[in-house]
Amino acid sequence: MNEFNGEVRKMMIILSKASLENVYAAFVLANGARMEGIEAEIFFTFFGLEAVHKGKLEHLHTATVGNPALNIPTLLGGLPGVEALATSMMKKEMERIDMPDVLEFLDILKASGVKLWACKLAMDMFHYKKEDIYDDLDGIITVGDFYKQGSGLGTHMLFV
Amino acid sequence: METQLANTSVDVNEEGYLTNFAQWTPAVAEAIANSLNITLTPRHWDVIKYLQNEYKNDSPLSIRKIGKSGVVDIKEFYQLFPNAPLKAATKIAGIPKPASCI
Repeated sequence: MNEFNGEVRKMMIILSKASLENVYAAFVLANGARMEGIEAEIFFTFFGLEAVHKGKLEHLHTATVGNPALNIPTLLGGLPGVEALATSMMKKEMERIDMPDVLEFLDILKASGVKLWACKLAMDMFHYKKEDIYDDLDGIITVGDFYKQGSGLGTHMLFV
Repeated sequence: METQLANTSVDVNEEGYLTNFAQWTPAVAEAIANSLNITLTPRHWDVIKYLQNEYKNDSPLSIRKIGKSGVVDIKEFYQLFPNAPLKAATKIAGIPKPASCI
């Protein structure tokens, strides 16, 4: 606990999933860090890339299968329309508590000084091009580059 | 607890936020801003007045709302009040620290 008395200086958040609840968790953590004067960066990798994919970011869903906390039986969760229904309910609740949608949230993060990175390997894997991705992204980088970004005392890494 | 700011006695909580808005004066604001290494410009005052107005209307504050205020955008807000902007700006404005995650 010698470094800055254990104070958090920078949050490096890796987002590997694109279900609505995971994306919001990563975004709220990054934004909350900036609000406390803590630096924050997000690395979008694998399915997490969908949160910055222009054609997909407005159509992210809440997972209704394999999500026991939702209290929907797994078999029901897989029926047509159930995921859409759960998603629209979730979005309504989020709007109620003043939670921005994904695109507006990206703009807020960017304006707040959060650095946004796309994973090069995942971009190649999904055949995504730079122009498919959110315009204000800071760049497409490798894992090694991301670790370099996180160097320095007081940095914490988080995998979502 | 009581503390001295700009040669006047004011009540603050353990984090240094004024607990009685009636004790706030522009000089007190300057003194708090100084302690945060912020020099107040007319743009800062625009934001401070907006925040105080929202407080009087019992309207909860968030970064998203600041961005939609029409007074300041989020980028400038972070430039005016570096580090933790909402915390710093409300402290200078003499109003409670917002309990907001967004």
